[in-house]
Amino acid sequence: MSDHWLTRPRTIRRLWQAFIAILALTVVAELAIEAHPHFAAESLFGFNALYGFLACAALILVAKGIGLVLKRPDTYYDDDAR
Amino acid sequence: MTLASHPGLWLIAAAALLPLLRGRPRTVVALVAPLAVLALAWRLEEGVHWRAGFLDMEVAPFAVDALSRLFAVIFSLMAFAGALFALNQARRLELSAAFLYAGAAIGVTLAGDLVTVFVYWEVMAVGSTLVLWSAATPAAYHASMRYLMVHLFGGMLLFAGVAAQVAETGTTAFNPMALDGPAQVLILAAFLVNAGAWPLSAWLPDAYPEASWSGMVFLSAFTTKTAVYVLLRGFPGTELLIYAGVIMVFYGIIYALLENDMRRILAYSIVNQVGFMVTGIGIGTEIALNGAAAHAFTHILYKALLLMSAGSVLFATGKRKCTDLGGLFRSMPLTAACGIVGALAISSFPLTSGFVSKSMITQAAGDEHLFTVWMLLAAASAGVFLHAGIKFPWFVFFQKDSGLRPPDPPWNMRAAMLLLAALCIGLGIFYAPLYRLLPHAVDYEPYTGFHVVAQLQLLLFSGLAFFAMLGWLRRTLTITLDVDWLYRVLFPGIVAILGGALGRAIAAAEARAARACGRIGAQARRLHGPEGPLSRTWPAGAMGLGVMGMLLALLLSYYLF
Repeated sequence: MSDHWLTRPRTIRRLWQAFIAILALTVVAELAIEAHPHFAAESLFGFNALYGFLACAALILVAKGIGLVLKRPDTYYDDDAR
Repeated sequence: MTLASHPGLWLIAAAALLPLLRGRPRTVVALVAPLAVLALAWRLEEGVHWRAGFLDMEVAPFAVDALSRLFAVIFSLMAFAGALFALNQARRLELSAAFLYAGAAIGVTLAGDLVTVFVYWEVMAVGSTLVLWSAATPAAYHASMRYLMVHLFGGMLLFAGVAAQVAETGTTAFNPMALDGPAQVLILAAFLVNAGAWPLSAWLPDAYPEASWSGMVFLSAFTTKTAVYVLLRGFPGTELLIYAGVIMVFYGIIYALLENDMRRILAYSIVNQVGFMVTGIGIGTEIALNGAAAHAFTHILYKALLLMSAGSVLFATGKRKCTDLGGLFRSMPLTAACGIVGALAISSFPLTSGFVSKSMITQAAGDEHLFTVWMLLAAASAGVFLHAGIKFPWFVFFQKDSGLRPPDPPWNMRAAMLLLAALCIGLGIFYAPLYRLLPHAVDYEPYTGFHVVAQLQLLLFSGLAFFAMLGWLRRTLTITLDVDWLYRVLFPGIVAILGGALGRAIAAAEARAARACGRIGAQARRLHGPEGPLSRTWPAGAMGLGVMGMLLALLLSYYLF
């Protein structure tokens, strides 16, 4: 039943807009707060935003690569009681 | 205080009582017993309350300090929440087994010596195996056997380590140890097996998801967190643990990203979260140890909440695979909401319990100027949101519409989820009571503007990565091979090949021996048989000729030599 309001294309577009606005807000908020970083990298503007995104992209790519080698059908262990 | 105020023993007594009861009395005992145990744990006074002699050793089976009290409290609380959730579980063995298991876990935390630790350690292995058996499926049975093998192996390491330690030091006392010799290495290895440290981590995602819809809630709480407790007590500041922990953190994320079964996703994320704690123990400063202890406390609550949410879905639909699920938020709004609260807490969102505990560990890495560790932990924090924080709720409750319209579960399951959801948010806002329970004095303020903004950026942009790369995360009907492949396929395969070769070699040798025997028989028959030359009757003259020949040869040799 795609008539649920959460699944309407218009709602999804609105959610994306709100999400991007919040993302921008978290980066801009950095200007308003007092930083007390441990490391030099932390004081770069938008460091955590960029690092979070890149780290996740890297994790997905690594997982994909490992999956190419180690993925098996989920019936792999089914044929006997191992 | 006397032995009668030992909370673990009371829980084990309740486990023994439960099978005798039906109906309302059973419900009362199932709920009141863990609450009474929680009250006992809360009021524990510090000190050694019971000493005894065992063989030639002095043991202290009931000793309390701040750290043991913290773990006794959370284990009792978890026993109550789990019992409430499992009230309508038709298989009645499960709750008994779970109480035995939880009581033994409390026993470990209140053990003042290594011998007592070992005894409760083994009782935990038995209790948890019984919880797995309660699922009563062939898959659960086979998984439980593999689980038991790994844990009996761990128990063997612990026994050898404790025996060597007692022989070396002459005392059974359970104090911080340095890795000086084989005794300490064996003990550390045994603790790490139960913590789910790589490479012996596959038992966890292999076995736990095979438990019943309520069983996995109990399983997630005790074994790994008891291991965290003993590591906190025995090996604080052991550098090796930093590496072990970081490997666990990333192992959990990568495998959870590849996984299709919702409960296996959450199982891998247990390894991931325990990795954070193990790393904190390895760093070993007061704030790091506080962080590890606090994270164990909050983790038990939000992981149980996530597994209750997943358990409710399994209870209502009988399905576990992301490919079969989706769109359940329509008909299970409460389960979805509670699952999301758990997901936010595991991701350490500000205003949830995970934020006030995990940040102490990252802070400790920063304070110690461990730049690489700090960077890895930050990347992993983003990865937690990716693999558990969004992936679990998204694929189970949203994504496509699976067409399933199951209702929210019965009242007791809803109540248990609401209780834990309230605790996850409550501890995120009112964290002072938790900080007061920690083993060291806390001088840490989680809610600074810098920290909140940094964490929000890290998490929300990892959310952006998730949705931007959603195509790469499409679920497939696959599993990912893990280290357990070695003992499920490779080793049995090698044994089969070697066994086959040995069998063939034995058969060939037998055939050769039989042929040789046959040849000897035929030869004997030819010579000595009825027609054989040696059994013929010879004339006396022939013998005389033979004797003369021999004498002649003798004479000849006499002259010649």
